[in-house]
Amino acid sequence: MVTCVNDAMFPETGKAVVRLLERLGVEVDFPAAQTCCAQPMVNTGYLDEAVPVVRTFVEAFDGYDAVVTPSGSCAGSARHQHAIVARRSGDPALAAAVERTAPRTYELSEFLVDVLGVVDVGAYFPHTVTYHPTCHSLRMLGVGDRPRRLLEAVRGLRLVELPGAAECCGFGGTFAVKNSDTSIAMGADKARHVRGTGAEVLVAGDNSCLVHVGGVLSRQQAGVRVVHLAEVLASTEEDAADEPPQTSPATAVGRAPLQGERTP
Amino acid sequence: MPAFPAAARVALADTQLRHNLAHATRTIRDKRAAVVGEVAQWEALRLAGAAVKESALLDLDRHLEQLEERLTAAGATVHWARDAEEACAVVAAVARAHGVDEVVKVKSMATAEIGLNEALAAEGIAAWETDLAELIVQLGGDLPSHILVPAIHRNRAEIREIFRREMAAAGRPAPDDLTDEPAVLAAAARAHLREKFLRAKVGVSGANFAVAESGTLVVVESEGNGRMCLTLPEVLVSVVGIEKVVPTWEALDPLLRLLPRSSTGERMNPYTSTWSGVTPGDGPQEVHVVLLDAGRTRALADEVGRQALRCIRCSACLNVCPVYERTGGHAYGSVYPGPIGAILNPLMKGVGQAGPEGAQTDSLPYASSLCGACFEVCPVRIDIPSVLVDLRAQVVDAHRGDRGVKGEAVAMRAAAWSFSDARRLAWAERASGVAGRVLTRLGRTTLPGGRRAAGRLPGPGAAWTGARDLPAPPRESFRAWWARTRPTQEDDR
Ligand code: SF4
Repeated sequence: MVTCVNDAMFPETGKAVVRLLERLGVEVDFPAAQTCCAQPMVNTGYLDEAVPVVRTFVEAFDGYDAVVTPSGSCAGSARHQHAIVARRSGDPALAAAVERTAPRTYELSEFLVDVLGVVDVGAYFPHTVTYHPTCHSLRMLGVGDRPRRLLEAVRGLRLVELPGAAECCGFGGTFAVKNSDTSIAMGADKARHVRGTGAEVLVAGDNSCLVHVGGVLSRQQAGVRVVHLAEVLASTEEDAADEPPQTSPATAVGRAPLQGERTP
Repeated sequence: MPAFPAAARVALADTQLRHNLAHATRTIRDKRAAVVGEVAQWEALRLAGAAVKESALLDLDRHLEQLEERLTAAGATVHWARDAEEACAVVAAVARAHGVDEVVKVKSMATAEIGLNEALAAEGIAAWETDLAELIVQLGGDLPSHILVPAIHRNRAEIREIFRREMAAAGRPAPDDLTDEPAVLAAAARAHLREKFLRAKVGVSGANFAVAESGTLVVVESEGNGRMCLTLPEVLVSVVGIEKVVPTWEALDPLLRLLPRSSTGERMNPYTSTWSGVTPGDGPQEVHVVLLDAGRTRALADEVGRQALRCIRCSACLNVCPVYERTGGHAYGSVYPGPIGAILNPLMKGVGQAGPEGAQTDSLPYASSLCGACFEVCPVRIDIPSVLVDLRAQVVDAHRGDRGVKGEAVAMRAAAWSFSDARRLAWAERASGVAGRVLTRLGRTTLPGGRRAAGRLPGPGAAWTGARDLPAPPRESFRAWWARTRPTQEDDR
């Protein structure tokens, strides 16, 4: 599942997942009937509205071996919230379909490490990176250190520790708008920690968190780029060579290689 | 009390407050993490604590009757209070019967919840807080902002000022050479309070637990002021929420082990006091126990929310909450702030009520980013995020029949409409791609990495773009790309 946010706003992340999985020998399909995991409705309290969306989800994905999504939040929604919505609908067929799809829905790092059994996905990403474990992948799914292990195996990548990494960035779906002052205060603290690491790139497994922290960083003109985990893992040496100059943060912020950094 | 977002805005603007809060919560958080880490079977202990409270709640009626029977047999008088008004009336009647114009109080969030101090003041009776932090809050003319550390929002210099300014009017004045050293401040408070303890005829307390099998109330504390308050006055009135009851001493065991580590980050609390009625010649010779409902049975009837009544008021969830850390407790408009307050208040008061108070209650389930840190630390495993989401649904459902359609409801219905059918979504994405091209021209910012950002948006979008850039929508959605590059796999949609 590409997720509604990625589909409409971050197609590069979806393309990266396809590239990465195909490189690893997985047969990938994008059932065009898919839309959204219904989390925006559920988390805002619109359970009735969520029913047809969950129905669309299970109909689109019923029958596949695995549903892989580049979002801890959406995977968490499928695994933990769809059953609540199905119960609300009072439709036993929907509940049964949810029971079939929910356990087969994986966040990307879970699928790579647990199902495919790979840690080194053959990626190359020559940048200093810091990693933010998003709340839902951390606490709702419990992905643990899988994303870090995947990142550590990427050639050229230097991973620096993010202070207070486990703290929420302040996105929280509609929270970012309903309580925008608090959300921004949280995002500003996260951005401060990110800047303090000296990393050029902030990586996370959820574009919604990244668009929030990235939005704060960009407003601060911090010169830090935000990149989805899938895009880092899909990168290869050819990509690095092809990279147009304006997308190279090293050029953008005029940064000299850090000491101890592995260079190509 | 304004709704949460507005109240939070005030707190967020107070940089001293934010500094005090961040410092204090971090200190307690780290202490807690260290002592919890020492317990090898912490997870098993949490499960045991949750199970004990859960089963106690399921048989609440039976346990309460047993508690009443045992307390009465031991010489205490048991009162049942349906709401705040009834509870306050009982305490006032006891004070009046003894002709006092002041009472000393300790360890009672329940009395703060029911507004006892104000009710007594209306009868000309002064109620003096004797927990050190509560004393600071009371003298400062302030409200508590934390369960465990009610004066968490004050620093030492502020406390010294409050003592110097206010102590004289309340009893023994602060010494002239008062500094802001913690030991000096504590000594001043001790001298001030000791006079009150020795003078007061009536004491008022709460309880952390009530053991049904023996009819015993239990207070867990660090300072020892509670023990003074429980033993020195001639008359004791204890106001206890009905959810505090556990069936047996054995059931109490995991809770007494979970509480201090989760709360103060101590392996064991310095004082645990218990009382079971009247002992001739020792301690209070007249004991009253007020069993308080005030919305607890309403919460009990809520299938998902019921678990909130397991809460042992350790405050661990407050100390890890990123929202609480930035807004403080006052923004929640209740003695129960933070994540637990965000669910407990709506559960006890009920959501969907008209007027500003109803709007305040309805705003609380949304005062969370649903990050889940509260659930992770809760010693009795209250799944606060799930209860928050369930309460949000209750808020939405309660307002479905309202006149005048809210923008949010319209937006959610519209989103659900396009998310229910991929063709509609594809159409919306094409429109957003067009909008994106326009926005890209209007926006002047380029995000690191080369993507253009949308400019500042009008209307509801302004809540986002006021302090954050937003990337402009891409020209081509993922689904359009997939259909273009893999036409063979495109189905007939
Ligand atoms: S909800 Fe849990 S963590 Fe929060 S105060 Fe109650 S017992 Fe403690």
